[in-house]
Amino acid sequence: MRLSWSDRRFRGLVWQVLVVGSVAALAFWLWRNTVTNLDARHIATGFAFLKREAGMPIADALISYRPSDTYLRALVIGVLNTLRVAIVGIVLATLLGTAIGVARLSKNWLLAKVATVYVEVLRDIPLLLQLLFWYVVLQGLPAPRQALQPVTGVFVSNRGLLLPTIEWDALHGWVVLAGIVGIAGTLLYRRAARARQMADGKPRRVWPVALLLILGVPLAVNAALAVPWAVRWPELRGFNFAGGTALSPEYVALLLALTTYTAAFIAEIVRAGILSVSRGQWEAAQALGLRPGVILARIAMPQALRVIIPPLTSQYLNLTKNSSLAVAIGYQDIVSIANTMLNQTGQAIEGIAMIMLVFLTISLSISLLMNWYNARTALVGR
Amino acid sequence: MSDAAAKLGMETAIAGVPEAVPHAPPAGHGPWGWVRANLFSSWLSAALTLVLAFLIARGLWSFVQWALVNAVWWTPENQSQACRALRGIGACWAVVTEKYRFILFATYPFDQQWRPALAIAIFVALFFVSALRRFRRKELFLVWVAALTLIAVLMWGGVLGLPYVPQERWGGLPVTLILATFGLALGFPLGILVALGRRSNLPAIKAVCVLYVELIRGVPLVSLLFMASVMFPLFLPEGMNVDKLLRAQIAIILFAGAYLAEVVRGGLQALPKGQYEGADSLGLSYWQKTGLIILPQALRLVIPPLVNTFIGFFKDTSLVLIIGIFDLLTAAKTAIVEPAWQAFGLEVFVVVAAIYFLFCFATSRYSQRLEAELNRTTRH
Repeated sequence: MRLSWSDRRFRGLVWQVLVVGSVAALAFWLWRNTVTNLDARHIATGFAFLKREAGMPIADALISYRPSDTYLRALVIGVLNTLRVAIVGIVLATLLGTAIGVARLSKNWLLAKVATVYVEVLRDIPLLLQLLFWYVVLQGLPAPRQALQPVTGVFVSNRGLLLPTIEWDALHGWVVLAGIVGIAGTLLYRRAARARQMADGKPRRVWPVALLLILGVPLAVNAALAVPWAVRWPELRGFNFAGGTALSPEYVALLLALTTYTAAFIAEIVRAGILSVSRGQWEAAQALGLRPGVILARIAMPQALRVIIPPLTSQYLNLTKNSSLAVAIGYQDIVSIANTMLNQTGQAIEGIAMIMLVFLTISLSISLLMNWYNARTALVGR
Repeated sequence: MSDAAAKLGMETAIAGVPEAVPHAPPAGHGPWGWVRANLFSSWLSAALTLVLAFLIARGLWSFVQWALVNAVWWTPENQSQACRALRGIGACWAVVTEKYRFILFATYPFDQQWRPALAIAIFVALFFVSALRRFRRKELFLVWVAALTLIAVLMWGGVLGLPYVPQERWGGLPVTLILATFGLALGFPLGILVALGRRSNLPAIKAVCVLYVELIRGVPLVSLLFMASVMFPLFLPEGMNVDKLLRAQIAIILFAGAYLAEVVRGGLQALPKGQYEGADSLGLSYWQKTGLIILPQALRLVIPPLVNTFIGFFKDTSLVLIIGIFDLLTAAKTAIVEPAWQAFGLEVFVVVAAIYFLFCFATSRYSQRLEAELNRTTRH
């Protein structure tokens, strides 16, 4: 390397030193200002406040919580609430989005048009507006005394959605375990059946065995142990309901908004994925005499998934990040709780750092999971 | 995709196999032939058509009843009794006729509201002119500078006999348009630089760019806005104060930069390697190569996703509601805080949704036309 501007490596070094130097200088300047400001305002730093009493009420808590609990516990509840809405939202949005995406390709003109209008309208209105809209709609529902009952045991009122629940019994664990064993057994059997098909070319039916293992085993365990299944129905007591599982209007509004909004984007992704499989693939498979179900499962879907997975991943990430809009309607997710916390303690930097940490962790986990799945479905290149 | 979802996709798509496999059904002639082929091609399809038609007709009927037939369009000065009587039966559009000035311009001085109205018109004209093909040239940049200066003069005033209006009084649609336009106008160049940095073979620059993009894209915009509203003041030296709107604007620019960088990077990667090598072999410097050969082609490739990202940002500016900046959505939400109108949020949200929809739908249509145009020109 020569110390001259005409040397490429020297130029590169100078540029890098300049960029990194200015970024570092900026960071240092900000850091020094912050330290001075924190000193001047007598704001404590560090995470010691996490062990202090939170003193904030939380309506939606998956684990037991009292306002006298610590900030740390309140934050954990916030994370659980975020995950609760994100995971359920991802599953529902995938189902709804796939259905709408397929509907857009339907031969039935009316169905295709309805799906198109759904996508166009939902995509072009801000999510926050839709969220506020759903929340207003839910609050306009009748009071618990006049609650609507669309299905027996399910109540819809301005206090949210009430569902009957199954009373938990220690023996239920065994039934669940039997179900897991059944699924694992099915997967093993499928692998064995595949291997034998590879050897002799004869396809073997998996579904009878799957049915037996996944349904039969838990049912047998259930009968053998005489597991009690008691249902707790919600009932009106005074001005509100007791019993059953209550989903707050905030949760339902957020879930509805996230699901319907993201489904519009997923629908477009699914549609593009299916369209990306060329006609020749279908025709060739048909010419080989494959049944439509097999063509779809073995020929079309694996190719469509390759196109679908990467953008689908970013939609999952978007949904998770968008769940932070909860703060606008008062659903206590991580952002909302951290926001209350930073208002109470004044430790803004720590509060925002925790929000970012939680979301970065969730984002990275989803990315890793989906990348792993994508690598499995990806084309094996030369 | 989860397993269950994959299964669902499979099952529902089985019904859709025929459209993927063309077997040229006899289309028939005239409208009746079309109806048979597209609405009643099979029993299942016919049943679906009838059910959907019934649901749509019923939905439309009750909507017309609510929105038009039973609606209240006007009430005397701030009195909502007529609306309350019809709650749940008819829409109360009176809340919109009563509050539309507040929803559009928020707290901007009432007698000066022609100024933000004019600013909105200039914004729309600016977008329109930029979208036209025959104006796509370098002079457009000057038009933008002129238009944005004019808007600044209109909004602030203080010159040419216009009374000065402080930024805290701005609100409504102009603020939404300002946040979106400046976010993109400044976020785009930032995005290009970062995308180039991420593709650079200088490790330190690449690392800085990757860190920036991944950090911003990994967290929700809400948390960046919180950062702008509560942490930003701590970052600045004593006595230096930055306005709240400007802080949110900076957060939006940084956010837009990271997302646009990824879109631009897609274009840079999609460009054939020969273009890079060809430019190198001509002995062009890095900036000549980038400015004259690479960027013009790469940006053209990513026009459709760019426009989609623009639409996304326009919608995302509504998030400033959470830190209490008066954009269109916040103004709408505030308009119904008054007890007399509290019950009529639905009507206000429908109208505001229509405004957002208008902007986004027009842009997305434009993007589709661009895409078609692009496909035509690249194929030949």
